[in-house]
Amino acid sequence: MREMMMNNMLNDVPTPWAMYFQDSATPNMEGMMELHNNVLFYLCVMLGFVTYMLYNVMTVYNKSAMAYKYMNHGQFMEMMWTTFPAMMLLMMAFPSFMLLYMCDEVMAPAMTIKAMGLQWYWKYEYSDFMVEKGETMEFESYMIPEDLLEDGQLRMLDVDASVVCPVDTHMRFMVTSADVIHDFCMPSLGIKIDAAPGRLNQTSALMQREGVYYGQCSELCGVMHSSMPIKIEAVPTVDFLAWIDEQ
Amino acid sequence: MTEYKLQTPGFDARFPQQNQTKHCYQSYLDYHKCVALKGSDFEPCKVFWHTFQSLCPNDWIETWDDQRANGTFPGDLSIEQFKDVKKD
Repeated sequence: MREMMMNNMLNDVPTPWAMYFQDSATPNMEGMMELHNNVLFYLCVMLGFVTYMLYNVMTVYNKSAMAYKYMNHGQFMEMMWTTFPAMMLLMMAFPSFMLLYMCDEVMAPAMTIKAMGLQWYWKYEYSDFMVEKGETMEFESYMIPEDLLEDGQLRMLDVDASVVCPVDTHMRFMVTSADVIHDFCMPSLGIKIDAAPGRLNQTSALMQREGVYYGQCSELCGVMHSSMPIKIEAVPTVDFLAWIDEQ
Repeated sequence: MTEYKLQTPGFDARFPQQNQTKHCYQSYLDYHKCVALKGSDFEPCKVFWHTFQSLCPNDWIETWDDQRANGTFPGDLSIEQFKDVKKD
């Protein structure tokens, strides 16, 4: 219990009884968390107000000012209960629209990684580094079964080949599927995008810190839908280029 | 360690949305039409080549290459309309 409260590590992985988001690693996810906290404030205001009114009406039922049954007119009050919610909605809407369009932009990526969902694994292709001969780099990523897990590895999350990405590099992910609909989801990066067959979806991420991020397939795709996780390792650019060299 | 330059197809205003299927397919068509018109040594055709290589899944590229070899490719790879323009 004390360890849970004194946790100094960043969690980019699902934890038991977690109630909040995983720590963000991209500006998009940071924006989403900010928006969530912003809207939650208004939600708490509304919840408190409505609860108070309900409590008041239930307990002080015949002397309650809020349930005065002989009231016929109240133009000022009607104006207030129209403009007050409208103002709250506007204040929630503006940051939300800004974030929505910001998340959709993929303006100038430095690198593209293709992620193809199959039943029941992911296949990644790095095709930016192709030479004239046409050798592309691709590999498949399978979940490590429980009986082959080593100490310290996460059950249902660790894979044999993880996606390696350079930090502080604007990455573009092109997500598609070879058979049924899957979903490429990375909570820490703020990515959740469907992988539909015959369709190429584009999303972007700029990982701002090194680390290992976990995600899972988020669209029911068959028996082993829960067993096709995604693991992304964000490493310094130098290490990334060394890894590319090895492949 | 070999020198790497991180470059990838950028934003294309013809395909501003999340769905980039057409971007990939159009680049493939454009590359093969370019090569048919200008020859495979023409350097600017490489731009299309890099675009579709970076965007299109390799399975799709292989399927389309096989279809072109078989003569069953469904897309329009004709260059007649461009040949007339070139003469002028």
